[in-house]
Amino acid sequence: MTVAAGVAPSVAPVPPVQRKLEDEPPRRTAVFQVRRLSKVYHMGEIEVHALREMDLDLYTSEFLVILGASGSGKSTLLNILGGLDVPTSGTVRFLDHELTNAGDAALTEFRRDHVGFVFQFYNLIPSLTALENVALVTDISRNPMKPADALDLVGLTDRANHFPAQLSGGEQQRVAIARAVAKRPDVLLCDEPTGALDYETGKLVLNAIDRVNRDLGTTTAVITHNAAIAAMADRVIRLASGRVSEDRRNARRASAEELSW
Amino acid sequence: MKALNRKLLRDLSRSKAQILSISAVVACGVASVIAMRSTLDSMQRSSDEYYASSRFPNVFASLRRAPERVAVRISEIDGVAAVETRVAVDALLHVPGLTESATGHFVSVPDDGEPLQSALYIRRGRFLTPRSDDEVLINEHFADANRLGPGDTLSAVINGRWRELVIVGVALSPEFVHDAIPSSGLGMFGDSKHSAILWMRRNALGPLYDMDGAFNDVTLLLTSGASEQQVIASLDEILKPYGGGHAYPRKDQLSNNIVSGEIEQLRVFGVAMPIIFLAVAAYLLNIVLSRLVATQREEIAALKAFGYSNSSIAAHFLGYPIAAVIIGSIGGIALGIWVGAKYTMLYTQFFRFPNLEHHTSPWLIVIGVVVSGAAAVVGALSGVRAAVSLPPAEGMRPPSPAVFKPLWMERLGLQGLLSPAMRMIMRNLERRPIRTLASVVGVALAAAILVVGTFGFDSAHYMADTQFTQVEHEDLTVSFGQPRPYRAAREVAHIAGVTRVESYRSTPVRIRAGHRSRQIVITGLERGSQLRRIIGRDGQRYALPASGLVLTSALGEILGVKAGDTVTLEILEKGSRVRREVVAGLADEILGLGGYMEIGALNSAIGEGRVVTGAYLTIAPGMEPSVVQRLSDLPGVSGSATRRAMLESFNKQIADSLRLTVEIVVSLACVVALGVIYNGIRIALSERSRELASLRVLGFTRREVASLLFGEQAAINVLGTPLGLVMGLGLAYWIAIGFKSELYRFPVVVMPRTYLFAATVILLAGVVAGAMMRRRIYNLDLVSVLKTRE
Repeated sequence: MTVAAGVAPSVAPVPPVQRKLEDEPPRRTAVFQVRRLSKVYHMGEIEVHALREMDLDLYTSEFLVILGASGSGKSTLLNILGGLDVPTSGTVRFLDHELTNAGDAALTEFRRDHVGFVFQFYNLIPSLTALENVALVTDISRNPMKPADALDLVGLTDRANHFPAQLSGGEQQRVAIARAVAKRPDVLLCDEPTGALDYETGKLVLNAIDRVNRDLGTTTAVITHNAAIAAMADRVIRLASGRVSEDRRNARRASAEELSW
Repeated sequence: MKALNRKLLRDLSRSKAQILSISAVVACGVASVIAMRSTLDSMQRSSDEYYASSRFPNVFASLRRAPERVAVRISEIDGVAAVETRVAVDALLHVPGLTESATGHFVSVPDDGEPLQSALYIRRGRFLTPRSDDEVLINEHFADANRLGPGDTLSAVINGRWRELVIVGVALSPEFVHDAIPSSGLGMFGDSKHSAILWMRRNALGPLYDMDGAFNDVTLLLTSGASEQQVIASLDEILKPYGGGHAYPRKDQLSNNIVSGEIEQLRVFGVAMPIIFLAVAAYLLNIVLSRLVATQREEIAALKAFGYSNSSIAAHFLGYPIAAVIIGSIGGIALGIWVGAKYTMLYTQFFRFPNLEHHTSPWLIVIGVVVSGAAAVVGALSGVRAAVSLPPAEGMRPPSPAVFKPLWMERLGLQGLLSPAMRMIMRNLERRPIRTLASVVGVALAAAILVVGTFGFDSAHYMADTQFTQVEHEDLTVSFGQPRPYRAAREVAHIAGVTRVESYRSTPVRIRAGHRSRQIVITGLERGSQLRRIIGRDGQRYALPASGLVLTSALGEILGVKAGDTVTLEILEKGSRVRREVVAGLADEILGLGGYMEIGALNSAIGEGRVVTGAYLTIAPGMEPSVVQRLSDLPGVSGSATRRAMLESFNKQIADSLRLTVEIVVSLACVVALGVIYNGIRIALSERSRELASLRVLGFTRREVASLLFGEQAAINVLGTPLGLVMGLGLAYWIAIGFKSELYRFPVVVMPRTYLFAATVILLAGVVAGAMMRRRIYNLDLVSVLKTRE
C-alpha cells in the first residue's frame, strides 16, 4: 500500500519513488538530514539543553507529526529546521544546503525560497487583506502560485478581500496556510497550528494542511502536543528531553474528519 | 524602595533613549522660556533703571528756532516738571580711517555742568570741560565701530565750515541706547560706522547755527499723573509759531521704540517657542505612554488584581512624564541660562546700557519647570487614564485585533498602483488619522523652525546681492572727504589701470513730507551713470532724470510719498538752504534710506558749481593693488574702498549678528525632528514587532523589513517636510510683517538652498533615528515573538 497518495509532478523536487512494503524503510531522498544536533540555551546562569545529539531524517512528501510535552525540544527542532535558529552543535542539511553555519542572509534566503511556516497565532499582517497577505509572500518568491489559487486551496476564495480582524481564528489560520504554501515551498512547518483553535475549526485547519501535503506533495512537519493529530501522519516521532524517544510509521493516514480529541 | 517604584526605574532605564529624547524636547521648552524671558527681564530691568536714573524725558519736540524765553512758557504747562532746551543739528563728518563720510547728530549740553535730562554716562575718557570750544563726546557704537576714543580727532562740516573736533570721552545716553539714526534702514544691522552722536557744549554749537540764546530741540519731564496727551497738545500750540508742532511722547522716541520693540519680540518668542516645544513634548509623551500602557496591559491587570489602587497605578505611570520633566528641566535650566547670557551679550553690541547684565530670576526657573511639568502631565493624561480605566479581567485578555479598512485610494479603484508593502504603510497611516496628522505636524514644525531660523541669511544675501551686484557696478569707490573741483575726478582717471571714472557728490539733507522727516544722504550721480544704477520696483533699470529726486522705496514708504509728489529738502551743508523738489521716482533699493539726483541738479540745489566728493572706478583685472597704492598718494583722496571688501564686511556683519540665533534655532529644530522621528519609529516598531518578525520568518530580509518600518516614517516625513517649508515661509512673512518698521524691514526671501537645508536636516534626522533603531530591528527575536500573542 502506498502511503503518499499523490504527488503533484510540477512541484516535486525529486522523482517519486515507488514504495513496496509498509515495514520496509522508504528509500526516498531525505529533505532534511539532522545529525548529532544539540541546542543549549543560556538562561542567565542556567544552561537549558533543548536538544541533545538528535539524529533525524525527513523525507520528500512525507507528513511528519512531532509530538512532545512542552520543553521536549519540539519547537527548537522546528525553528532550527526552518532556519529561524542555529544549533549549538551537530549538523543540519537541507537537500544540498548546509544550514549549520549559515549566516542570517543565507537563512533568510533559505526561508524565502524553501520554507512555509504556519504558527499557532497565525501572524497575519492586520493591515493587509487575506489575498494581500498571500500576495506579500508571492511577491518575493521565484515560482509562486497565484494568490487567489492559494486561497482556493484552503477554501477561502469568498473571504479574499477581508482583513484579519474580519476573519474567524480558523479562517485566519487557513489564510496563514495559504500564505505558507503559495510560494510552493519544499517544506511546510507548522507549530501548534490548531493550538489556538476550537475543536471543529482545528479540524478544518488540519484538513487544509492535509490537502496541501496530498495535492502538492509538500513535505510537511507538524508539531503538536495533541496526540490525536498523529493519526494523520505518515510518520510520528515523539520527543522527550531533547531526544527522539519514539519513531513510528502509521499503517494508514487518517483524514482530519476521522480525528477526535 | 517599593517594588512598584523599582519597576518604574527599570522600565525607564529600558526605554532610556525615548525618555531622553522627550527630555531633550522638554529641555528646549524650559530653555526657551528661561533664555527668552531672562533676556527680556534683563533688558527691561536695565532700561527701567537706566531711564529712571538718567531722567529719560517723557516728551520730545524739535522745532526750527525759538528764543530761550519760550522755555518759561513751556514750563508753565500743567503737568510739566522740568524743561530742558537744546540745540540739535546734523552735520557731515570726516572720520580718520573711514573712506566715506559719516553723518553726525550733534546734541548740545549746557555750557557748564551736565544735562539735567538724558544724563550722559561716561564710558571712557572724561566729560567736556566747561565752556569748551572744540571738545566732543561721541557715542559708544560709533566709537567702537571706528576704533575711536579719547584723544582722537575728527572733522565736521558745521554750517558749511570744516572744524576740527577733539574727542574727550565716549558716552552713553538713554536717547541713544540703540544708535538708530534712520539713515541706514538696516535696523539691527545698523550703520554705526557711518552715523555718530556727538555731544558738544552749547556755547560752542549754538553760535555756529545762529542759536545764540535760542533752541531748536526741547525735552520735558512730566509730573506723575500728568496727561501726556494734553502736555503734547499744549507744547505743540506753543511751538507752532517756531516751526515746531510735532512733539512726541517717549514711546515714539526712536531708540526707546527699538528697545521696546525688541522686548516685545522677545516676549512673543518667549511664549511662542516654549508652546511649540512643550506641545511636541506633550505629544511625544502621549504616544509613548499610551503605547507603554498597551504593552503592559497584563501587568496593569495583575497589579490591580493584587489590590493596587487606581491612584497608585496613575502615580506609577505619571512617573514617566515626571522623569522626563526632571531630566529635561535640569538640562533646560542650564541651557536656558547659558543661552540667555549669550543673547544678552549679543544685545550689548546693539543696545548700550551702562549696565546690561544677564540675570535669571529664580521665579522664572520655577515657572519654566511648572509649565513644562503641566504640559508633560497633560500629554501623559490619556495614557494614564487608559491604565486606570482598564478592568483587571479585560487586561488579562489580549487586545482585540486592529481593524483596518481599504484605503480611500482603493475605494476609488486605484489599488493597482500600490504594492502590498505600500498598502501596509498607507493603511497604517490612514487607520490613525489623528496620530498621523500629529506626527506630520511634528515633522512640519521642525522643518518650519529650520526655515524661519535660517531665512535671515537669504534675506540679507538678497539685499547684498541687490545692492552689490545690481545697483553697484564699480570696483572701487574713491572719497575726497570734502567737496573738490571736478578735475579731482579727472586726475583719478589718469592712474594706470583705471578703466572708467564716474564722479559723484553726496550731501546730508533733512527731507520732509508733511509732518514726516528724515535725515538722509543724497547722492548726485552723473547722467547716464553706468556704475551706479537705479533699479525700479519692477527690477528694471531706469535712467536718472535730469531734474527731481529719486528716493529709495523704503524712504518713500516712510515719508508716504510717490512719484510726482513734492518734498522739502533742508540742505545741511552750506547754510541750511531749503528747497522743494519733486520726487521723480522710487528706486527699489533695500539697503538704506537715501536718494539720488543728477549731480548738476544737486550742486545747484546746494548752491555750488561743478564739485564732486568722490568717484566710482572700474579697474583693469589685476591692477587693483597698484591703483589703491597710487590713490593713497593723491593729496585730495581721503580714502578708497573696494566693492568686494564692502560686500565681505556686510556679509560678516550679517553672519555675526545672525549666527547665534541660527545655531540655537537649528539645534532646537534638530532636537524636535529627532524626538518626533525617533519616537515615531520606536513606537511603530513596538506595535509591529510581531508583524515584522512574521515577515522575517516568511523570508523577508532585514533590509526589506526595515524599509517597511521606515517607510511609514518616511511617508510622514514626505508629507511633513513640504508642509513645514510652507509653514516656515508663512511664519517668515508673519515675522516680517509683525516686526516691520523702518528699522526692521527685510524682504522675505527664502532661497531654495534654505528649503534644501531644512529638508536635508529632516532627512538626516530620519537617518539618525533609523540608525538608532537599526540594532533593534536587526535583533528582532523571531522565535519568541511568534510564540506569544501580543
